[in-house]
Amino acid sequence: MKSTTFDYRPGFADSDADDPLSGETIEVNMGPQHPATHGVLRLGMDLDGETMVRVDADVGYLHRGKEKTAESLGWAKFFPHTDRLDYVQPLINNIGYAMALEKLAGIEIPPRAEVVRVLLMEISRIAAHLIYLGTSSIDLGAVTMFFNTFKERENIYSILDAYTGHRMNNTYVRIGGLYADVDEKVEGMMREFLTQFPARVDEFEGLLTGNRIWYDRNRDVGVISPEEAMAWSLTGPILRGSGVEWDLRKNEPYCGYETYDFEIPVGTVGDCYDRYLVRVEEMRQSCKIALQALNRLKDTPGDVLAEDRRYILPPRTKVMSSMEELIAQFKIVTDLCLPKGEAYAGVESSKGELGFFAISDGTADPARLHIRAPGLMNVQAIPLIAEGRLLSDIVAIIGSLDFVMGEVDR
Amino acid sequence: MTSEKQAATQARVAAVLTGSNGVQGLAVDAIGIDHDGMVCVTATPEQLHEVCVLLRDALGFESNTFVTARDHGVGREQRFEMFYQFLSVAHVDRVRVRVMTTGDDPEVPTITDLWPGTSFSERECWDLMGVRFSGHPDLRRLLMPQGYDHHPLRKDFPHVGIEPDKLYNQWDEERRAAFAISEAERLEGKR
Repeated sequence: MKSTTFDYRPGFADSDADDPLSGETIEVNMGPQHPATHGVLRLGMDLDGETMVRVDADVGYLHRGKEKTAESLGWAKFFPHTDRLDYVQPLINNIGYAMALEKLAGIEIPPRAEVVRVLLMEISRIAAHLIYLGTSSIDLGAVTMFFNTFKERENIYSILDAYTGHRMNNTYVRIGGLYADVDEKVEGMMREFLTQFPARVDEFEGLLTGNRIWYDRNRDVGVISPEEAMAWSLTGPILRGSGVEWDLRKNEPYCGYETYDFEIPVGTVGDCYDRYLVRVEEMRQSCKIALQALNRLKDTPGDVLAEDRRYILPPRTKVMSSMEELIAQFKIVTDLCLPKGEAYAGVESSKGELGFFAISDGTADPARLHIRAPGLMNVQAIPLIAEGRLLSDIVAIIGSLDFVMGEVDR
Repeated sequence: MTSEKQAATQARVAAVLTGSNGVQGLAVDAIGIDHDGMVCVTATPEQLHEVCVLLRDALGFESNTFVTARDHGVGREQRFEMFYQFLSVAHVDRVRVRVMTTGDDPEVPTITDLWPGTSFSERECWDLMGVRFSGHPDLRRLLMPQGYDHHPLRKDFPHVGIEPDKLYNQWDEERRAAFAISEAERLEGKR
């Protein structure tokens, strides 16, 4: 019996030559309200059959003018706005912003604050990667994954709720440290979560990594070479997926990351599947770091807020009992003057290098605050890897680039 | 960055940029260290492209971190200051380039030909600050709608906005006008 095989060749197929409609493109609009675009992203596409000839990413539908807002609000009052950048990992944004201001003012934070910050960042990274895993897999039809990952994410939010009092938009970081210390109840909840979590990651991997559909729809889709990734300003899991061993936690350590034992996973091909594998492994590594930080908590006693009445808020208990401290708090919140100069601080967020570039002219009004959003660079790369591919691949590509429009549009 | 690392980077950058094949007219004291300890090259708009070529090809800065500008205030002769920041993965190094521009409608050369990833950053800078990048292949607005008249991050732009509903009203009128025509055509066709 003669069997016919389907020759699957993505890209501009030669077999289209005898098609009377070959070469005739139609314009298709995707978004800004499309569920698979992960927010309000609009894609303008020219399609030749099912092949995307031109892709144009149109952003700005969620532009709220955060950088302009910072100029009128002042340094201290901008913290809640950083939560709303990449709203799936508010604590990492808080810490990045606080680090830029600490650099500007030349503040060292207490060791215990560093440990708690690491703990919070890694927990947030896990939460953000769980969103990636859930949404990118539901886009490709694996609906079960979405519910599994969101169930785990719910646990993280319960922990953050117990610690900070909010599930999302925590605003728990201050210049010079943190608002309050971790208590034993939260420590216990974190330990419980972190010990059972690696088994859950194995379970997720069991559902996806060897899954034929998942593999076929991600393997060799959206390949980015290491040189391209660097020239296109890509950072984070995408750069690492392309095989470049670059992680700010290792290469430019902050918050004492150099003292933790962890590895940086890198990909070999640079396709969507590699980016998936990198993120899954990063969740395990984050879990490892967070457990180390948790074990360090009891060995690093002390305050979680540095002491400097020029820039740092007085502790809450003192504010309630002392007039001078109340005045200091009022002055810092309303008109905090940081030293004149520029400071850039970058943190490894779940999407890549999240940077805050703060310029102060010595007055209470920030001269300029530029937010280097990794998501914007990820969106920029969509045409690079989507052009010439089939329309169905765009869903896998958008999922694997993993951006949050709150951060892209700012 | 430790201070030895800064000094090493400063020496390395200075050797290439002010060396025999370096940039014309760039003095050694143009390579300094900023408030946060980052090595910073101060260049003129004319020197910018040449500096960037050397940074990429001779010094190995493969990646651009951001392109942004600062408005020093209305009425200043040198009003907008450009900031570029580059990252070298191979040398684990960063460098900043700052460029002072003159006038209210400044123009600087694009660097998208060197790092394609700067395209969105430059578009954003044009959109929000009104700095024109000569030679940019696609200098449209990025965040604000096309057809918007102002550059919001300039210091003379008020926080409440200028006629925030103008574009929306204009689009609404256009839409209504187009709908009225098609409605008239439909009724005519019925008759």
